[in-house]
Amino acid sequence: MFIAKIKITLRSSILDPQGKAVEGSLKSLGFDKIIDTRIGKYIELKIDTDKKDEAENIAGQACKKLLANQVMENYEFDLIKSDGG
Amino acid sequence: MSKAKVGIVVFPGSNCDHDAYFAFKDILKVDTKFLWHKEGNIGDRNLIILPGGFSYGDYLRCGAIARFSNLMSDIINFANNGGVVIGICNGFQILCETGLLPGVLLKNKNLQFICKTVSLTVENNKSIFTGNCEIKEVINIPIAHGEGCYFCDDNILMELISNNQILFTYNDNPNGSLYNIAGIQNIKRNILGMMPHPERAADEILGNTDGIKILSSVVESFE
Repeated sequence: MFIAKIKITLRSSILDPQGKAVEGSLKSLGFDKIIDTRIGKYIELKIDTDKKDEAENIAGQACKKLLANQVMENYEFDLIKSDGG
Repeated sequence: MSKAKVGIVVFPGSNCDHDAYFAFKDILKVDTKFLWHKEGNIGDRNLIILPGGFSYGDYLRCGAIARFSNLMSDIINFANNGGVVIGICNGFQILCETGLLPGVLLKNKNLQFICKTVSLTVENNKSIFTGNCEIKEVINIPIAHGEGCYFCDDNILMELISNNQILFTYNDNPNGSLYNIAGIQNIKRNILGMMPHPERAADEILGNTDGIKILSSVVESFE
């Protein structure tokens, strides 16, 4: 089995008002070295196969078809081999 | 007499379905039915409304999950074959997720859920959705959304402008939408998506019937 750890982020050309609001809050806490904040999503999928190619294909298709909207988002994922649980 | 047979799609989380039903059935006196999202096809309906609300709790992204519901595949075929579809608010988000309309609706620039009546300009009255409006007419229609900031890339925006696909713009942009866009049609001109709610401005008792101009335009296009 593989676990796909998927990160979905807003494309850099898209304004992220949520990130900006959080950044403002961090600044007010004194984190003046933080110069940019972007908020995204993290999704984990358990994929029932022992073949890495297949797991990669499944995770990629899931991202393209549903998990990310590529008009506004980018995705990337890591595959971790797991023995279940 | 209009030959329109309105089908209002009900997803789990739709909450403007009854307003739309009332506007078409009781005010415009059109044959109107609800369509549950699990049904396999739209039957004899020839005017499909994707109503406002929070389909599937807006999980993942607004409209992303509704797009894959049972009934949507038949609606996508219907729309691709020239069938008339209107998406209001969450319905507009669903149409963008399906790719039937270009672009995407992002979180409002000020991060707030905005619920108020806004002033719109009708940019194009040569459409089945705006035939009863004057060109550049100003109409007041309520909005109620947290994710209504329309965005698309520059090429698509140029296409929207040059093909006269932009039907409504905000006069005082409430949500940060690109080019003040409040509503667009597809290039084949059979699909409308708009964030404002014409069905909420349909009954005289509520003091504003500007929405009827839009709904009656499309109903009369079936005469």
